[in-house]
Amino acid sequence: MSDLEMAATTELGARPGEVPPAAGGTPPPKTRSLAGDAWYDLRRNWIFWVAAALVVLVVLMAVAPGLFSSADPTACNTRRQYAGPSGGAILGYDFQGCDVFSRTVHGARASVLVGLFAVLLTGVIGLVFGMLAGYFGGWLDALLSRVIDVVLGIPLLLAAIVLSKRLAADRSGSGIVSVVIVLGILGWTTAARVMRSSVLAARSQDYVAAARMLGAGPLRIMWRHILPNALAPFIVVLTIALGTFIATEATLSFLNIGLRPPAISWGIDIATAGKHVREAAMPLIAPSLFLTLTVLAFIMLGDAIRDAFDPKLRR
Amino acid sequence: MARYIIRRLLQMVVTFIGTTFVVYALMFANQNDPLQALAGDRPVSDNVRQVLTEQYHLDDPFLVQYAYYMKGLLTGDLGRTLTGRPIGDVMADAWPNTIKLALLALFFAALFGIGAGLVAGLRRGTVFDNTTLALTLVVVGLPIIVLAPIAQLVFGVKLGWFPTTAGARPDLYGLILPALVLGAASTATILRLTRTSVAENVRADYVRTARAKGLAVRRVVSVHVLRNSLIPVITLIGVDLGNLMAGAIVTEGVFNIPGVGSKLLLGIQTEDGPLVVGFVSVLVIVFLVTNLLVDLLYAVLDPRIRYE
Amino acid sequence: MTYQQYPHPTHGYPASGESQTAPVVAGWGDDRSASWDTPTAAWTTAPSRARVERPTSGEHLLDVRDLRVEFDTRDGVARVVNGISFHVDPGETLAILGESGSGKSVTAQAVLGILDTPPAVVRGGQVLYGGEDLLTMAPERRRQVRGQEIAMVFQDALSALNPVYPVGWQITEALRSRRGIAKADAKRRAVELMDLVRIPAAAQRVDDYPHQFSGGMRQRVMIAMALAMRPKLLIADEPTTALDVTVQAQIMDLLATLRAELEMALILITHDLGVVADVADRITVMYAGRVVEQADVHTLYGAPAHPYTRGLLASVPRLERRGQGLHSISGTPPNPIAIPQGCAFHPRCPYAQQMCRITEPTLLRIGRLDRASACHFPPEALDARHA
Repeated sequence: MSDLEMAATTELGARPGEVPPAAGGTPPPKTRSLAGDAWYDLRRNWIFWVAAALVVLVVLMAVAPGLFSSADPTACNTRRQYAGPSGGAILGYDFQGCDVFSRTVHGARASVLVGLFAVLLTGVIGLVFGMLAGYFGGWLDALLSRVIDVVLGIPLLLAAIVLSKRLAADRSGSGIVSVVIVLGILGWTTAARVMRSSVLAARSQDYVAAARMLGAGPLRIMWRHILPNALAPFIVVLTIALGTFIATEATLSFLNIGLRPPAISWGIDIATAGKHVREAAMPLIAPSLFLTLTVLAFIMLGDAIRDAFDPKLRR
Repeated sequence: MARYIIRRLLQMVVTFIGTTFVVYALMFANQNDPLQALAGDRPVSDNVRQVLTEQYHLDDPFLVQYAYYMKGLLTGDLGRTLTGRPIGDVMADAWPNTIKLALLALFFAALFGIGAGLVAGLRRGTVFDNTTLALTLVVVGLPIIVLAPIAQLVFGVKLGWFPTTAGARPDLYGLILPALVLGAASTATILRLTRTSVAENVRADYVRTARAKGLAVRRVVSVHVLRNSLIPVITLIGVDLGNLMAGAIVTEGVFNIPGVGSKLLLGIQTEDGPLVVGFVSVLVIVFLVTNLLVDLLYAVLDPRIRYE
Repeated sequence: MTYQQYPHPTHGYPASGESQTAPVVAGWGDDRSASWDTPTAAWTTAPSRARVERPTSGEHLLDVRDLRVEFDTRDGVARVVNGISFHVDPGETLAILGESGSGKSVTAQAVLGILDTPPAVVRGGQVLYGGEDLLTMAPERRRQVRGQEIAMVFQDALSALNPVYPVGWQITEALRSRRGIAKADAKRRAVELMDLVRIPAAAQRVDDYPHQFSGGMRQRVMIAMALAMRPKLLIADEPTTALDVTVQAQIMDLLATLRAELEMALILITHDLGVVADVADRITVMYAGRVVEQADVHTLYGAPAHPYTRGLLASVPRLERRGQGLHSISGTPPNPIAIPQGCAFHPRCPYAQQMCRITEPTLLRIGRLDRASACHFPPEALDARHA
């Protein structure tokens, strides 16, 4: 679990009972439903807009890198090693004579893909496990809680190291699938915990008891009554997790156990440039900056949403 | 208290068995050729194959293998690296540096994190608060693989304030920059949690009671607000240790510190499977034990837990 | 418990002839009263009391004049206390009565100077303690008054006690940090104080933590803590609200007994007319941050001079009115952000006239010396007209 996920769960998990009900988007000044109020707050939070803009930018780079740089990131020529900016290569060339700007732009795709799919995977696993544990309780809850303890007992990166060695055994492709599976297997615990505590809080609410008395089945209750209320903290945790997953992917690639060339990853480029930092700083700075901004964007986004949904922290 | 300790110990045993099993299983279970996986890309000679088969008891059923592995872990026998060195020796050489680095990093993190977090929590909404909050956000978003080389570039290469690499026998001064880098993320999270916690506790009823007693502000803050605010922070530090370990791999690698992390990194890069498994297992145990200690410390700090 | 003479500390009261005859305030140097203290080190060291001028004859122990407190909130300025005045004399029990949100707790906290500022702002008025205005006093000096001269018991003892320290430690914290008494003495003092508030097996329980006590016992711990510095005035803010009814009576009895034993003045803040009847000497009724009626307890119960007090009285269950059904005041207390024009009570008042909607009534003395009501048409007058 990453630092921020921890911070998110400690802050959110502490008061699952105050998780706001996600009622419709009524205008805040009048009725002030908590979701409406949250959106009202969010719209006035500049951090939210900065983060959202950055996210849009990164996603755009991932989808259509050609919009930003027409140069081929793999067209490298060692004769241009460390050459200064020229033409389209506004940031110059790196150790292998590749266009730094182009490589940085194209690096977004791997990060976004890994982050997105890893979050989807952890989201699904976390949702199912968290709901089951929270709703049915008893031995199932005890068992899943132990499983979470075990997974949390292995620091994410250490487990990822072992696991990626394992998955890397078949050396085919760029490694994106392996990294997604690694992150998915190891990263779902926070999401599951948050979902579990939200479900526990929602379960004890009167309207859930009422729905149950009216004969609604567990699936319907979970879907119609519990999920909407548990969604806000879940989304916050997943948004922040997206940022940390991207950072973890870069770290794995940096350690040479994540993505492999020909995949273009910021982590790989940072590792390579770091070794030659005395010769040229730009090949290090450019991917570092983009990686940081991307991670930051998702973390800020999650932070802003959490603040909006957390009435206690409002001033 | 005794009941709490016993319960935590039992829980830890279960988690311990679970985690080691998972680590071991990840490495060896359902592998077509576990030896090739251990050795990575390099060709495996018959000699090495035989040694490894013996070391990991690969001819035995899986659970027996795991039992041997557990026995080795508990007796401190971690086997040998692919190059034939006892893994225990490699660790013994590396630990002191890593412990120094980690303690220094934790010290910085606790010092700056709690100090600034306290001030920010007491003065919510001030310039100081907003600035530190923005700074921590940036730091949290800075992956260590970015922070370490950039810090090395700026403070080592360009400004020359610190040595760029720590060298074979790192002294305290050489460890300061790596420790700051390693502790940066923890500093930020500790700061944020302290701030939230302090801001909450300042408004607590018992703080109002303390003020009603006419205690000096300094005493109200240190004895009542800070003490109670540190309880969640202590827990965070325990969990953070896992990140510290991960960070140490990168930091030690970048600053060339001969510690557990850089040895592990070397093992990964040279695809020395036995070393990686051995190191990861020990690190996981260290993580579990520290978390147990943190839990006990938590009980010392919060009597409500103790008498549960 | 042994009662022994408490050694007279030399504090800076002016020994003028006039003040010699002034009502003597709890304990200190009062020759007629035996002190409840045992002479431990704690009590033989002269306490570092604030130099608070002794009240000259005719002055009150605490005299609050036209106190105004506002809160800055997201939705606007909440006028929570709107110019309230009351006074307490030494050894007297004053009950401040009002619904939740009427500003009584804020008043108490403003008197003690423990309001959170911001959001709270004291907009005006005077809080005279022994003739000196606490509001304009230097903060350090005011802190000296806090706890030593005026102490407070809070409503919810579970949250008002720090969960991570033993109760004995908390009871004597002020003694240790402010009077510098030794740890061993402090523990002995803690046991004595716990005995004083009738906590059974005090010596065994002194190192227990708040969560290990029952609600009633916790409230006793709170009281012991407030008494540790031997204040002259104890403010009890809803001391029994969080408790079971049977325990409520015990705590009220305890407070009354202690007040007499220690010769303190007591301000009892409550929303429950029932609990104060046997304990209070005088009652101040608050509504929407204003005083609406002041009277001694018998007069107030016998002939309430404000429709609001009347409504409150009618809502107390009484044996002799069994079967008549309980009356309740319709409507809700006003939002402090939008207090109604004129008399704040007029939307809920059965006697409201046009005048009540326009002009705010002032607190006027009626008949007897210490009796006042803020009503244009006090029920007494109405009754007289109907008669």
